[in-house]
Amino acid sequence: MSFDKVLVIVSGIIGIVFTYWFFLAKREKVTEIADSSVDIIVEGGYSPNIIAIPKNKTTKINFLRKDSNDCLDEVVLGDFKIRKKLPLNEKVTIELTPKKSGEFTYSCGMNMYHGKIIVK
Amino acid sequence: MNIKKTFAIKGMHCASCVYVIESALKKVNGVSQANVNLAIEKATVTYDPEKVTDEKLMSAVANVGYKASIKEEIETEDKEKEEKQQELKKLLTEVIVSLGLGLLILFGSFPKLSDFAPVILKNPLVLLILATPVQFWAGSRFYRATIPALKHRTANMDTLVVIGTTVAYFYSAIVTFFPDVVKKIGIEPMPYFDVSVIIIALILLGRYFEAKAKAGTSEAIKKLIGLQAKTARVIRNGKEIDVLINEVLIGDVIRVRPGEKIPVDGVITEGESSIDESMVTGESIPVDKFRNDTVIGATINKSGTFLYKATKVGQETMLAQIIKMVQEAQGSKAPIQRLADLISSYFVPVVIMLAIFTFVVWYVFGPSPALLFAILNTVAVLIIACPCAMGLATPTAIMVGTGLGAEHGILIKDAQSLETAHKINTVIFDKTGTLTKGKPEVTDIIVLGSGSWVMGSKKTQNSQLITHNLLRLAASLEKGSEHSLGEAIVKKAEEEKLNLKKVNNFIAVPGHGIEGMIDNKKIFIGNRKLMMREKISVDSSEDKISQLEQEGKTVMMIAIQNSQPSTHTPELLGLIAVADTLKETSMEAVEKLNKMGIETIMITGDNQRTANAIARKVGIERVLAEVLPEEKVNEVKKIQAENKKVAMVGDGINDAPALAQADVGIAMGSGTDVAIEAADITLINKDLRSVVSAIILSKKTMRTIKLNLFWAFGYNIILIPVAIGILYPFLGILLNPIFASAAMALSSISVVTNSLLLKKVKI
Repeated sequence: MSFDKVLVIVSGIIGIVFTYWFFLAKREKVTEIADSSVDIIVEGGYSPNIIAIPKNKTTKINFLRKDSNDCLDEVVLGDFKIRKKLPLNEKVTIELTPKKSGEFTYSCGMNMYHGKIIVK
Repeated sequence: MNIKKTFAIKGMHCASCVYVIESALKKVNGVSQANVNLAIEKATVTYDPEKVTDEKLMSAVANVGYKASIKEEIETEDKEKEEKQQELKKLLTEVIVSLGLGLLILFGSFPKLSDFAPVILKNPLVLLILATPVQFWAGSRFYRATIPALKHRTANMDTLVVIGTTVAYFYSAIVTFFPDVVKKIGIEPMPYFDVSVIIIALILLGRYFEAKAKAGTSEAIKKLIGLQAKTARVIRNGKEIDVLINEVLIGDVIRVRPGEKIPVDGVITEGESSIDESMVTGESIPVDKFRNDTVIGATINKSGTFLYKATKVGQETMLAQIIKMVQEAQGSKAPIQRLADLISSYFVPVVIMLAIFTFVVWYVFGPSPALLFAILNTVAVLIIACPCAMGLATPTAIMVGTGLGAEHGILIKDAQSLETAHKINTVIFDKTGTLTKGKPEVTDIIVLGSGSWVMGSKKTQNSQLITHNLLRLAASLEKGSEHSLGEAIVKKAEEEKLNLKKVNNFIAVPGHGIEGMIDNKKIFIGNRKLMMREKISVDSSEDKISQLEQEGKTVMMIAIQNSQPSTHTPELLGLIAVADTLKETSMEAVEKLNKMGIETIMITGDNQRTANAIARKVGIERVLAEVLPEEKVNEVKKIQAENKKVAMVGDGINDAPALAQADVGIAMGSGTDVAIEAADITLINKDLRSVVSAIILSKKTMRTIKLNLFWAFGYNIILIPVAIGILYPFLGILLNPIFASAAMALSSISVVTNSLLLKKVKI
């Protein structure tokens, strides 16, 4: 086997491993919300994208979309029956008073970008 | 004439702000009064509309450093619409430019076709110049979406498009600038700008159509919001004034003229009319309304002029509640979506890994020129993958389905309820108020014995008097009851203009009847269960009771305990039969359900014979009779234990636990708030045939979702391996990246279009 082919195989394996590590093996950082309000910046995803909020208390989640990508112009919190438009550069507040604990994912309208709410 | 307006003020933080804003507003010529409330951040201004405009008020507030949001709602809606239109316009421009340039590039570079092209179009440098604006101007949206996503270590469809087209573009650029180098490694130096440009053009075209189609999925909400009246003619201080809808207060008396929209919910205080409620309830025939009848906001007054008192305003109106419910349903997640969610979270990274794999396999094992095959097939894999179709498959169908339901007066609480309803194979109907009108009437009054029971000392042989006395006795006791059968007896006594007696120690025995003291004698009214409990024999009247029950009438037995202390068994005085008429739509609904193979069951507190008679009339074979209110939930559980998927249809407070227990609880819109709260589906049109419609809607929506998911998954599962080149060793088939982009664009559009087809479904 020629050198270039060996090089392509090795690079390919490195590329696949890197893709897995970069996208699928990232460490999930949970942001604990203590003061009943959190700002989530919507730009190429949700930042912070995992938040922990208390059960039976109202938390205001303020989404601010800075990304013009159409995909992000809606946020869907399916477990809380909420689908909201996120106009560009405008703060949209969603108030949540979760009654049960657990992990609840949310996403953009097309289910491309994901975030998580952990209710403790 | 002065008018009053309340609007939000933004930017206030202290009491001095209140003073500053009030002063500024009062200085506006024509403003007579201005009050600012810091707590609710609102200003209420009284002014002459001929002199003062919204702009003047807003400008006065703005001049002192705050913001008045008088037209905020309208502005938000308009702004959103304008933004969407601008976005679509921009997208269309990008599509036209990239398609135009793409066709020129295709003409200049596509084998055989380029034979007819002018020489200048065959020049790779010209092709590069034509391709560059498409790649970095029209395609900039893909880069703008990819870069921040990568910062978050996430990837999406844009990432795939960016990688695919960038590889094709830069490969072509290298070929253009260094043809000799490419030739040296055994590859014909042919650029592939057509690939990168046409991919971008077609994907943008797909997005354009998808955006237009997607707007259609949320039309129902827009339609509902559009139903609301903008103003109301309110009578205040004896004068009629037009006020904005959000300024109407509870208790305001409102005048509505023929052809006008009813602004908010309320009760008619003067006049009568025929009202078209179709937009809210789906009921096509106008309803006649008289004094004390309720009217629903957003419905249309057809004929008369009337005054009514506002009872619900703002977010409390029925329309606002309907909008809220539909919005919630459209935001909820169907269980069937969970799999798509799981797959889509891994999809793009897996496709990138597959693309790398494809490159390696084609480079190492592919035919010559291996590099070219490797690049083109890698691009095809990246471009053909369409996670969007998977993401759109379920929510678009749910949005259209719930919207369609709302248009027909069927409110679905969430996507889960809509999904479960298609599996229903048993429907349990509560009898009173659901199958029947719930307004029973007294049909028979039968006095037993000689009349020796007559209260007081005198005996009478006058049969009418005896009958009246029995009715008076029963009505006096029933006055304290809330049962619909009791209401019928009281109503009958009122019709007969009988004076009722005073009742002491009233007790309601749920599922049995009532008892109480009248003139120091204990009176019992109820069913057999009550008589058995009190050890009152009904044997001598059994024939009469049976006959009435076989006619579908509910027989109430009246007994008295004459002696004091109560050592003797009470004596049966008489019978009052009450019958409730079936709703016109009940038989049709039951017949349709039976035809669909869905078992129908009737549940009632009535005795078996009466229940059977009514069930026979309506076409129901299985009857659960003599069920106490608290037992209804257990009956539902028992049927569920038979492996049945049960829908419970009811309207009363006592139905609420059963509605919640059933797989799908269906409440009649005329029912209590408790029942509606417990239900998964509410029929605001009060039409039982809508039970059938709701099940059909669920079936059709689920069929659409399954078709969408089949298409979205099938598309990816079949075409990604084809793009990798799995068919090449056997059939020599490879997927051209341009066709891959066309297929990808079509896949999302087809899913959204399929969901939109639901709108055409007849339910």
